[in-house]
Amino acid sequence: MNPIFDWSFAWQIAPALARALAITVQATVLGMLMAVVLGLLLALARRAPWALLSWPAAFVVEFVRSTPLLVQMYFLFYVLPAGGVQLSPLVTGTLALGLHYAAYCAEVYRAGIEAVPRGQIEAATALNLSAWRTATGVVLPQAIPPVVPALGNYLVAMFKDTPLLSAITVVELLQQSKIIGSATFRYTEPLTLVGALFLVLSLAAAWGVRRLERRLQRYGGRA
Amino acid sequence: MSASIRLVDVHKRYGELEVLRGVSLDIPAGQTVSVIGPSGSGKSTLLRLLMTLERPTSGVIEIDGASMWTTPDGKPAGNAHVRRVRGKIGMVFQHFNLFPHMTALGNVIEAPIHVAGLSRDEAVQRGREYLDMVGLGDKVDTYPAQLSGGQKQRVGIARALAMRPEIMLFDEVTSALDPELVGGILQIMRDLASQRTMTMIIVTHQMKFAERSSDRTLFFDQGNIVEDAPSAELFAHPREDRTQQFLQAVIEAE
Repeated sequence: MNPIFDWSFAWQIAPALARALAITVQATVLGMLMAVVLGLLLALARRAPWALLSWPAAFVVEFVRSTPLLVQMYFLFYVLPAGGVQLSPLVTGTLALGLHYAAYCAEVYRAGIEAVPRGQIEAATALNLSAWRTATGVVLPQAIPPVVPALGNYLVAMFKDTPLLSAITVVELLQQSKIIGSATFRYTEPLTLVGALFLVLSLAAAWGVRRLERRLQRYGGRA
Repeated sequence: MSASIRLVDVHKRYGELEVLRGVSLDIPAGQTVSVIGPSGSGKSTLLRLLMTLERPTSGVIEIDGASMWTTPDGKPAGNAHVRRVRGKIGMVFQHFNLFPHMTALGNVIEAPIHVAGLSRDEAVQRGREYLDMVGLGDKVDTYPAQLSGGQKQRVGIARALAMRPEIMLFDEVTSALDPELVGGILQIMRDLASQRTMTMIIVTHQMKFAERSSDRTLFFDQGNIVEDAPSAELFAHPREDRTQQFLQAVIEAE
């Protein structure tokens, strides 16, 4: 009878899981980078005074938020190649994660921007600041720090959504553990390790976000 | 340098509510004008229109003879034209509206750097001068949250002055302050007015200040100028019944 958890087997599969973890982390980091940048652009576009910009942005945000991530992932995976765009499964999956979370981040930014008091924009106007400087020098520096925790939550959420990449053949953590399981008929060790890795990294990410949040709230209070 | 102001039949409507009902007004360059009247009478709206924060529903506003919202050939003005006019005007707000993520100096040098195109060194030098002038030379690196109301308003004044405006608008700048801090702000405004380097419009509830420190006082009621006279005269001998009632009520309250 095998022990319930075989430490030597766990040690044996660790290198393969570490490689898969690197894929998972890579997809999360790049996906989140895309989400925070594209999300900000979507939020700004949505507030733009030109319907040509604001309507498409609003449509993208609503469309993406109203359809499941897995469906979006399959869609990109099967439809992009049909349209002649050849991307690796990992790139496709990262794009799907980034796009999906960009829509959520856009809403977070929007809430942050709307919370900046009107008087701030009036003061910027009275000083004759350009629209660009008003956005980048006055509004965003006040809009973003308060929403860092919300963005951080999405980082953790995205990290936990990466197993969906296994559905489009990316060998990330979950897929790797299934490969190990089907080859050795041992699922306890790989799945336990995968769970533990997600737990530890999620907690670490949440801690990192809290630190960042504190650093950003240096000036405290409104004028 | 100071600029003249001219309003011709200016109306401002918010939906059903007409806040300004055909205001016409000439203010020569360098004059200090107080605007008094009950709340909701349109005083602050007048300033917001002059600061280009809002557009009049109809009527003409001219700064130094140049129409604010139309080009000389009568077309609707573009952003560049409006910004050129706006560049002559500065404003101080009732609730300060300081940028909370910038130090006192940061607030003051923001526009000199990003609008006037000064180098950082030049802007810092200018910023320190104006903060010194309002008595905050030692608070240069302090963030607004750490300043008292009176100190915040001093920064607000220095911030507006640092752009060397030709016209300064003061929108109830002492109304949000503790009573003991009001005097210092009024003194700064008195000094500015006596220099006669700017045209100043001061919306205020400080009747003594209006009476003694401004050339001229406008009494606003229900979206119109009810009385317009040299300050000493308006307070000593108000001609209109409504002015008399208002002054009576204010004096009794004090």
